[in-house]
Amino acid sequence: MAQHTLSVLVENSPGVLARVAGLFSRRGYNIDSLAVGPTEDPKVSRMTIVLNLEGHALDQVSAQLFKLVNVIGIQEMKDSDTRQRELAFVKIAAERGKLEPLLAGYQAEIVEEKSGTSIVQVVANNKDLVALLKRLESLGIKELVQSGAIAIELGSQTLVEQTALETGLASSDTQSQLEDYQN
Amino acid sequence: MSEQITGAQSLVKSLESAGVEVMFGIPGGAILPAYDPIFDSKIRHILVRHEQGAGHAATGYAQVTGKVGVCIATSGPGATNLVTPLADAHMDSVPMVAITGQVPGPAIGTDAFQEADIRGVTMPVTKHNYLVTDPNEIPRAISEAFYIARSGRPGPVLVDIAKDALQKMTGFNYPKRPELRGYRPQIEPNDQAIRDAAALIAQSAKPVFYIGGGVIKANAASDLLKLAELVGAPVVTTLMARGAFPDSHRQHLGMPGMHGTVAAVTALQKSDLLITLGARFDDRVTGKLSTFAVNAKIIHADIDPAEIGKNRYADVPIIGDLGPTIRALIPAVAAEFKKKQPDYSIWWRQMDSLRSTYPLGYNEPEDGSLSPQYVIERIGAITGPDAVYVAGVGQHQMWASQFIKYEKPRTWLNSGGLGTMGYAVPAAMGAKVGAPDTPVWAIDGDGCFQMTNQELVTCSLNNIPIKVAIINNESLGMVRQWQSLFYQGRYSNTDLHSKRIPDFAKLAEAMGCVGLRCESKGDVDKIIKEANAINDAPVVVDFNVHRDAMVWPMVAAGTSNDDIMIARELAPDWDSQEL
Repeated sequence: MAQHTLSVLVENSPGVLARVAGLFSRRGYNIDSLAVGPTEDPKVSRMTIVLNLEGHALDQVSAQLFKLVNVIGIQEMKDSDTRQRELAFVKIAAERGKLEPLLAGYQAEIVEEKSGTSIVQVVANNKDLVALLKRLESLGIKELVQSGAIAIELGSQTLVEQTALETGLASSDTQSQLEDYQN
Repeated sequence: MSEQITGAQSLVKSLESAGVEVMFGIPGGAILPAYDPIFDSKIRHILVRHEQGAGHAATGYAQVTGKVGVCIATSGPGATNLVTPLADAHMDSVPMVAITGQVPGPAIGTDAFQEADIRGVTMPVTKHNYLVTDPNEIPRAISEAFYIARSGRPGPVLVDIAKDALQKMTGFNYPKRPELRGYRPQIEPNDQAIRDAAALIAQSAKPVFYIGGGVIKANAASDLLKLAELVGAPVVTTLMARGAFPDSHRQHLGMPGMHGTVAAVTALQKSDLLITLGARFDDRVTGKLSTFAVNAKIIHADIDPAEIGKNRYADVPIIGDLGPTIRALIPAVAAEFKKKQPDYSIWWRQMDSLRSTYPLGYNEPEDGSLSPQYVIERIGAITGPDAVYVAGVGQHQMWASQFIKYEKPRTWLNSGGLGTMGYAVPAAMGAKVGAPDTPVWAIDGDGCFQMTNQELVTCSLNNIPIKVAIINNESLGMVRQWQSLFYQGRYSNTDLHSKRIPDFAKLAEAMGCVGLRCESKGDVDKIIKEANAINDAPVVVDFNVHRDAMVWPMVAAGTSNDDIMIARELAPDWDSQEL
């Protein structure tokens, strides 16, 4: 089993999340996390999906996802050429003094401290987040909220541009094919 | 501003713009506004007796004509009754558009009367679906639905329209060219993949054409014939591909799979190269996947990229429409063969030996009762290869696939993927509407027939003279066969008593059909000819057949194709075969 992160561009239409979630559930793919949000294009949403898969399954998942009419593009986000972050809030029964040494070295801050309970906000990649949560466990985590990962490709090219290139969206024969299928 | 019309008028104008000639349906509350303009439309609306019948009829129409089949129903139960035919069409890649009424927009989500979230319900069993609550969106949704249904890998698309969207006023602008950012099926195959495939074909010693229903969907049967004859390799046609390659052709070894011929099954098993065209390595073909064609490389051509590598790794994947794909393969293979003409003589000697040693056959029942295989064989022989044959699901379906000889595409319709009992009568009705001058025989079982026979009323009233052969073994025959083989003959709930009740001939007469009965071998030809001579009414023939007949050969579910049995506890004599 290996963990993969997929960025999926979808048309911002009703039911699209249900389509993606339904596909994963009926084909038996396990989602570790899923984050959806708007993009620079109001007609397009972007999903970041982290999932555990074996062998060739990633190609199959991508192909099945791409069959959904509302899915515009899919890209695997490899660690080497992307930046990935998750957001977490941790409610913990400890005071600032006890917490701060544990948070050192992380992009983490205490956003509230009240009656001996603190809320820590963490922004980290998955590996660092897991490591930090392990350190905090000793103090007794009362509540944990995690966002799921979001990821962006490094460099100047955007996923939309890449998708257009790969799928030949701009090519002229697509239009003639469309006409072939009209009555 | 364009002329204002109702959403319902916009829907009907959209359907007319999409080229719809006929639709099958039943009105009800939420879809009622649409039925008013349907009353005036040139589109023929056939009023069925159950929405499931409308759905399968749309499928039958689509399978025979290659056009998009259309069905229409109201919200709630009307819509949910379409779920089975939608799932059926989805599995068998049938182009279909289903229109359903939905409760008015403001009532959606309130558990209103006859409300069902049919878009949610049908998401996993449609290629795509829509919920339209704005009348201005109706033409676009319909245009896209037809484009999606027929293009790429065909499939069903459902358009659910809220009642108030049908009632409100709107302009009409039908988009000729739908804009779908996320849907661009690849039509032309990749040149390199074609060259790689041709090279693999030229190198192989034991190639087999593994032909699936995609060849029929792509209207590529004549291209296939050219390619197959150029290569000279054996051809097998799956259950969905019967008719894609002529049964009479010397290179045809028949159907592979659970009830395939020994030659077809063994050809795949012993092959070194499967030239897979529009097939999907279904479990009913592969048997136990890990033991399927273990020495074969795979060329896999399909228009659906998600089929590549789904069940079996493809050495050479070719994504594209099978028409252009096969037409590109022909010169590429010819060029390779100019360098070196392959010699398949040893391979053919092996296959010919299997074919002659293990032909399809059956034993006549010892008690003198009627053999179901004989009945089906005679229907095919007497009616001929120009007719359309539509099967239900079960033993009779397998026998109809085995013992009727198919020479042309779109002459064999059945529910392959979903295995929908009750498919035959409504699908035959749709087929007959699509091909009114062609004889259409439904080959049905007594179990299947009792699920959907009400559509014979529709046939009688609408001048749709189909013929139905009920292969009546008074049981759920295929289940009974499994009980015989795997459950020690404990026939739990498979006895239908249908030689006593119902009286099928009388039931047929009550529905406005001609009802006939046949109980002896000597009457079979005469009664088939009598049925064939009737063209002004549907005909139902109740063939009372032997109940213990079994479908052979058989690869038991979950076992290897190598363990094919030609009769109960009887494997082919492999030692005598040079393989």
